[in-house]
Amino acid sequence: MILWQMIRFAVGGLVANKVRSALTMLGVLIGVASVILLLAVGNGSSEAVKASITSLGTNALTVSSNAGRGSATAAKALTVADAKALATDADAKSIKWVAPVVTTTGTALYGNISYQPGSIVGTYPAYFETANQKVRDGDYFSNDDVLNSRKVAVIGSTTAKQLFDTEEPVGKRITIGGTPFTVVGVLTAKGSTGFNDPDDVVIAPLPTVQNAFTGFGSVNQIMVQAASAEATTEAQSDITRILMGTHAITDATKADFRISSQTSLLTARESTTKTFTVLLGAVAAISLLVGGIGITNIMLVTVTERTREIGIRKALGAPRGVILGQFLTESTLLSVTGAGLGVAAGLIGSHFTIVGIEPVVIPESVLGAFGIAVAIGLFFGSYPASRAASLRPIEALRHE
Amino acid sequence: MAATKPPVIRISRVTKSYGQGDSAVHALRGPSAPGTGEPLGVSLDIEEGDYVAVMGSSGSGKSTLMNILGCLDVPTSGRYLLDGTDVGHLDEGRLSLVRNRKIGFVFQSFNLVPRTTALAQVELPLAYAGVRSAERRRRALAALELVGLADRAGHKPNELSGGQQQRVAVARALVTAPAMLLADEPTGNLDSRSTAEVLAIIDRLNASGRTVVVITHEDEVALHAKRVLRLVDGAIVDDVRRAPVDGPPPALAAEVPV
Repeated sequence: MILWQMIRFAVGGLVANKVRSALTMLGVLIGVASVILLLAVGNGSSEAVKASITSLGTNALTVSSNAGRGSATAAKALTVADAKALATDADAKSIKWVAPVVTTTGTALYGNISYQPGSIVGTYPAYFETANQKVRDGDYFSNDDVLNSRKVAVIGSTTAKQLFDTEEPVGKRITIGGTPFTVVGVLTAKGSTGFNDPDDVVIAPLPTVQNAFTGFGSVNQIMVQAASAEATTEAQSDITRILMGTHAITDATKADFRISSQTSLLTARESTTKTFTVLLGAVAAISLLVGGIGITNIMLVTVTERTREIGIRKALGAPRGVILGQFLTESTLLSVTGAGLGVAAGLIGSHFTIVGIEPVVIPESVLGAFGIAVAIGLFFGSYPASRAASLRPIEALRHE
Repeated sequence: MAATKPPVIRISRVTKSYGQGDSAVHALRGPSAPGTGEPLGVSLDIEEGDYVAVMGSSGSGKSTLMNILGCLDVPTSGRYLLDGTDVGHLDEGRLSLVRNRKIGFVFQSFNLVPRTTALAQVELPLAYAGVRSAERRRRALAALELVGLADRAGHKPNELSGGQQQRVAVARALVTAPAMLLADEPTGNLDSRSTAEVLAIIDRLNASGRTVVVITHEDEVALHAKRVLRLVDGAIVDDVRRAPVDGPPPALAAEVPV
């Protein structure tokens, strides 16, 4: 069969220059492997974001102030009174829990260990449920602790690990900014989303944190839990109505606060990771293209080198199509083998964690990268092959 | 005589020139027309079963003639009938078919395909002709047998001596049973013993009826031919018949008188 013959000639041609063929394949291999791997990394990070959407709870709303954001009218900061208004409003059935939040930073000391947690949060116990934070050891602090400004704290698992290592933190005393706190609970780890660590926190009663660090002025945020995931839109309008009342605003467009749901925050973040994935994919695609150009280059060298052989074949009556086929098969064989090895390398590589992200292979990317590589072999091989096929036998035979 | 049969090769008024106008170089010109000096072109008939040696010094146009006869190059003007087909104006695809079916080439520099076994070399023209694998193998082995290289079928060119390589080339040339065996200085790169071997094979092929055209500048090679043409400056100046077309080539006739 003539096809079988062509494949045999092509394999023979490739084997004759092992190092050169291997290096050309390496170009395609790297291209294909990087497409698969980089898309898997991008996909993995957006999968992680999706996972954290569910872990954060979908019916949580965050109210934050526009104060200090340079708005035209002087914006009023959010206060504990605003939170109280939200919690006590009789008409707002959609609001389940309200927790004012202040955030600050500081250095925690335990014995001679000093560590700066990602954030220090002062809030009400409702925060734990709203933010979907559960304790692993010990307990939450209570409303009683808040009323009495007790110096107690619940710490995140990362903070616990940093300060206490293998010791049991519950009941121990840590000092933050000169104020001693008793650890009453440790939170269940949520896992990193790749950008920040939600487990690196210290959560304490609101008045305690205000007393020690921020003062009794405004709060950073008010966390609101809607009665259900479906009620979040209703809750948003309730919050807007109540806060416009307390802030004495009549025009909704001039509201000096923003309400964002965790979902919307994370959707925004997810779209960021999509952009990131596309960028990674583009870089990888370029390297695949470079691999393709490598094939053209090598095939041109091969054609020049074997001009005489082409002349012999033509003198023996090889039709144009067979010569074309032989060199196309050779370039396609290079790209198919390279792509095959690239798929293997990409799949093996995706089993390792890369910059803190578990890559998740997209099956389409494997097929796509393989298909594109093969197409590249055909496309970039066609120019050298047609050059070989259109050589005039008399000139090819004279070539030294 | 063979007058009943049409000639295998008939070229009439063929010229080949390179360049244009006054600077044109006529590699093949034939005699000049009386008066004008225009080239009239080369005309030549070769009958089936003949053994023709084309002689000439370098630059005489014998390689050009060989390229045209072998359909490797097209003449500038004139007609070329090969085995009854006008091949002067065929396209490249049809020419490759003609080369495959009608002509067997033997080159001075052997021109074997590198990294390919003798058997595969000989099978190659059959493969291009689309002959089935088993049939191909049988015919290729028969051709190798004919040149006495059946035991070297699995050897690659770099494992064969010059003489052996040329014999593989001869086997490759005759495996398709072409109308004509076209040899360009077939012994140019061989020592005297290999030369004798290759010439003996060509003699035997001609004795069995194959038409042979040999391009050479060696008198020793020309002695084997039945007809000797001499080219000077692109024109045939001498045409000597040394033996009848129907008889055996002179070298064999001397050994075994008929």
